[in-house]
Amino acid sequence: MCGIAGVINKKKTVNVGEQMGLMLQGLKHRGPDSTGYAMYGTPLKKGFVMRFKISENEAEKVNATVDSPADLKNRKNAVDSILKKHGAKVTKESSSTPYAFRYIFDFKGDLTDLATEIETVEKTEILSIGKGLELIKDLGDANTVSNQYGLDKFMGTHGIGHTRMATESDVDIKSAHPYWAFPFEDVSVVHNGQLTNYWGNRRVLERKGYRFNSNCDSEIIAVYIADKMANGIELEKAMHDSLDELDGVFTYVVATKDQLGMAKDHMAAKPMVIYESKDIVACASEEVAIRNIFPHEIKTYDPYEAEVKVWQA
Amino acid sequence: MAGITKRTTAFDDENLSGRSQKLYFEVTEEENYTYYGNHEVDFNKRTSIDCEGIDAHELNQKIRDAIRKGYGSIVIKNPGAKHSLGVGILNKLNLIFEGSLGYFGIGCIDGPTVRVNGRVGWSCAENMMSGKVVVENNAGSCFGAALRGGDLIVKGDAGARTGIDMKGGTILIGGNAGAYTGFMMQRGRIIVCGDVNANMGDSMYDGIIFVGGEPHSLGTDCVPGEMNEHEVRWLEQKIKNAEIDCKVPASKFKKYVAGRMLWNYDNLEPAEKKGILG
Repeated sequence: MCGIAGVINKKKTVNVGEQMGLMLQGLKHRGPDSTGYAMYGTPLKKGFVMRFKISENEAEKVNATVDSPADLKNRKNAVDSILKKHGAKVTKESSSTPYAFRYIFDFKGDLTDLATEIETVEKTEILSIGKGLELIKDLGDANTVSNQYGLDKFMGTHGIGHTRMATESDVDIKSAHPYWAFPFEDVSVVHNGQLTNYWGNRRVLERKGYRFNSNCDSEIIAVYIADKMANGIELEKAMHDSLDELDGVFTYVVATKDQLGMAKDHMAAKPMVIYESKDIVACASEEVAIRNIFPHEIKTYDPYEAEVKVWQA
Repeated sequence: MAGITKRTTAFDDENLSGRSQKLYFEVTEEENYTYYGNHEVDFNKRTSIDCEGIDAHELNQKIRDAIRKGYGSIVIKNPGAKHSLGVGILNKLNLIFEGSLGYFGIGCIDGPTVRVNGRVGWSCAENMMSGKVVVENNAGSCFGAALRGGDLIVKGDAGARTGIDMKGGTILIGGNAGAYTGFMMQRGRIIVCGDVNANMGDSMYDGIIFVGGEPHSLGTDCVPGEMNEHEVRWLEQKIKNAEIDCKVPASKFKKYVAGRMLWNYDNLEPAEKKGILG
């Protein structure tokens, strides 16, 4: 089933971490397996913020091969040395779990080369790189993830999020949403639905050199949008194209450094409710999620089939 | 086995015991025309229930308790777009929601008059048997799915697959309707004052769709029909009764029907049948 949500505050910075947390907790019943946040803080003037993980959250799995602290240390050191090799200077680092890190680093080289090499380290995946984007995902509901990573005071303009009910791939962080549109800074996607031409599209995109970290069909939307944007196509146009080129039933929300967009397929089989005012736009799979940040009565609507909407921060 | 008396018929003289117990009833007995748990209510007796902090199950139970006490007008405050509110009411009742409903709102109802001062989510009034529902704002997808009788009115827009699989009753939409409106409808009428998106009336068996604006495209089995005088008058009355400010006069509405008549249903809707029987 899965629940998706997005919020964008126009021209002001607010506690978007709290907004997303409330909305996603309201969607818990649509997907209790994992929760993910992609939030956009005040853009850095120089350098990048990177979120990455070097192992999986294996705590709840039976017979899981839990990595030893030494393994984790080795992988982190490997990532550090790759950053150094590419001339990236880490100015700040922090971690909320033994396997997930947040780095801020100065870098002037090729982001794709850097990201690709970092991901050669065993079990390492870059969750996001951007000026403002920070992507956090883990197992459990919205409050669990928010408390674990201290997201309830994340100041920013906009964000998207996802509560996942795993259907066609595993319950783990790599299959959790949102997906970062590797290697484009500040682009992320959440999706509710099923894509039926996943493997065909994946083969085409892999031939173009894009990397896939999971077998989750939602990842292809992020890569697809990234590919379109690499060819100079505007976000809105790329999303319109996706309605015809991606097959299946889906509703997805995409965010860039200053935009939030949603697209609904031709069958309109996956729900989305939108609330728009002059200060804020909130969208979610169910109105009950939006009502968690607006306790008073609000006027909402369902977008129609094959509809694409993009809002500016 | 208290309260069950064995009645021997020419077809069955088995002794009632254990699981094979059977209930016999007389069709002439008045009680057989009302549902179990149906109560006499007074519309002038009014109460309100606050939905804040309680879930759908609790609220629905509170509504039933109020009906049992004879309250005929119940106002629900702070529904907060929660799911499955007001389902399964089989009683005459004035029910007013002061806010929006989530998914499956007021499903499987038979009899009440409901006003929603807000929006409704997916599958509102699914399987409704009779009564009247008025939604002041917009409605989500599958509005009135499998509707069997009564009037279902939304003053704003309705989402995709409105009236999917409907088997009777009337759906009235003041604004526009989404794709596949009237999908697989078997009987009943849909009135859309605005436009309808793609594939209207796809795979419809029977029934009528009236459109004030334009359908984007017709689905398989849906064809234009010819309006008669009686239908124009009926449309006028329905729209007027629903207090919808429709810009298109009833005579300019277009009528769409099933092209192939895959199945012939009789003309009476369940609610009308019930009226005759009662």
